[in-house]
Amino acid sequence: MDTAEKLVQMLIAVALFGGVMGFILLVVGRVRGRTDLVQSLAFVAPAVLLLAVGLLYPAARTAYQSFFDRTTEAFVGLDNYSALFERDDLLIVLRNTLLWVLVAPVTATLIGLVYAVLVDRSRFEAFAKALIFLPMAISLVGASVIWRFMYEYRPDQQNIEQIGLINQFLVWLGFEPQQFMLNAPLNTFLLIAILIWVQAGFAMTVLSAAIKGIPQDIVEAGRIDGLYGVKLFRYVTVPSIRPALIVVLTTISIATLKVFDIVRTMTGGQFETSIVANEFYTQSLVRGNYGLGAALAMVLFVMVVPIVIYNVRQLRKADIR
Amino acid sequence: MNAVTTTPQAHGGPESTAVVSSAARARKRLSSPGASTAAIIIAVLWTLPTFGLLLSSFRPEDDIKGNGWWNWFTDPELTFESYREVLFGSQTELSTYVVNSIAITVPSVVIPVTLALLAAYAFAWMRFPFRDSLFVAMFALQIVPIQIALVPLLQIFVDVGLNGTFWPLWIAHSTFALPLAIYLLHNFMRDVPAELVEAARVDGAGHVKIFGTIMLPLIMPAIAAFCVFQFLWVWNDLLVALTFAGSTSDVAPLTARIAELVGTRGTEWHLLSAGAFVSMVIPVIVFLGLQRFFVRGLLAGSVKG
Repeated sequence: MDTAEKLVQMLIAVALFGGVMGFILLVVGRVRGRTDLVQSLAFVAPAVLLLAVGLLYPAARTAYQSFFDRTTEAFVGLDNYSALFERDDLLIVLRNTLLWVLVAPVTATLIGLVYAVLVDRSRFEAFAKALIFLPMAISLVGASVIWRFMYEYRPDQQNIEQIGLINQFLVWLGFEPQQFMLNAPLNTFLLIAILIWVQAGFAMTVLSAAIKGIPQDIVEAGRIDGLYGVKLFRYVTVPSIRPALIVVLTTISIATLKVFDIVRTMTGGQFETSIVANEFYTQSLVRGNYGLGAALAMVLFVMVVPIVIYNVRQLRKADIR
Repeated sequence: MNAVTTTPQAHGGPESTAVVSSAARARKRLSSPGASTAAIIIAVLWTLPTFGLLLSSFRPEDDIKGNGWWNWFTDPELTFESYREVLFGSQTELSTYVVNSIAITVPSVVIPVTLALLAAYAFAWMRFPFRDSLFVAMFALQIVPIQIALVPLLQIFVDVGLNGTFWPLWIAHSTFALPLAIYLLHNFMRDVPAELVEAARVDGAGHVKIFGTIMLPLIMPAIAAFCVFQFLWVWNDLLVALTFAGSTSDVAPLTARIAELVGTRGTEWHLLSAGAFVSMVIPVIVFLGLQRFFVRGLLAGSVKG
């Protein structure tokens, strides 16, 4: 396909979709029943249908396949699940996932919070925020390329200069350059740093809005009680924005559990850096082990569910007017 | 739902000093050298990696591979050669993938937003059997990680012979966006005063008319917010792209191609650096241009995990 063909296809798809939807609306617009039944069907059915075929059925199918072998032919009971807790390489995957979800959300939230407080109502606030915020616009693939360059290693020889900033710093300080991506478990933490770099902007934005929403009299009351600086922050600011903090923490936790792009781009899951979301892809779509891949997807699902439920509850609480 | 959003001056900027005068306190805080230093350190840490790669993408190939980008300050030489090669060179041809990304993204934003608007309207303002349970079910679908649907969905596309076209990507992105889109847009539609809708009904307007002439104009900012989100999500996605398009096919987007380049040509830094920025230009422009909507959406909770 050449460029024109692709763009024409795109326009046809949009036009086709618009035409069909427009036609449906035109028809039901003329229906005047005593109830909303026909019209509501036209409004809801397309979305419901798409979700049933594109999400619900495949999800159920994955759950079913997780009890079958790699080709999804022979029933193997819970073998795929027990493999997760028995095979050494898969245990590392679980351990890494735990590391990610323990480190990334807390660190990103903490940095976002501290930064939000530091630049709050300063003269350069908008600009300072934009700097931290911008990584949110770029893809995790792009972020990975950026950080790969930071971590880049060149052998420590005459006439060879480092091109990665971090190794250059090590050399300037008199240390040997490191092959960062090969050293487990350090490499996992360096990958986590990329996610923190991306997510801190999200934390900062939401928390900054929450901080600005703290009623002034609460701050004044704290001041009268003699709270300043760090104490004011600890006993007034943080408790006041607690719901927002929890929402941020849980939202980043969910994103962390599902993160795939960083590991895939940086190491492909080699050198003991794989996590559940990446291992799912490797097993299902690279190695063709559908049973194990399905089990990994189910594990991801089970890990995400409690956090999502907690997140939604807090979100509602945080937003009570 | 969107109480945080409606808080005035939700996003920074000079006008936000309107929130009573705790300005003095804050200035005092920032004027302390420790706080300023900390803020500057974070800002530098967050900017330097991008700056380094950006500067590198304009350095001649030999310079990038020979020494670090900080040497540019003593040996300032700039060129667009890397961009020319990565966009049009026969080995990478990123310009093709830019077109792919556009062709994937536009329908993947238009379709789910339209479907979600219709469904959200029905859930908010129509009466039909099982409405509430259906809405809860839809809402609950948000917890399903997309990973869980990918492989069987791919199988369906292979079975019906759509594989290798844009359709799997359009359909998958549209489907995965729906639960959150319906939920958010429903919340915004619910906030429209009932009197407005009732008045229109009394005047004889049907649902289609109310939807088009009252609802849509009123919740435009919410629609814009969700469009920005969905745009960034689709443009920056890698997982759905790799699953349904691979990394080198006729329909693969930029992200998949660049991830592939990292794997196969990981030391060709002149290509990687320029390629990464080619993939970033459009989302960053959209993001900066529509930042207001983005922040609103963020504060209303439109974050897809």
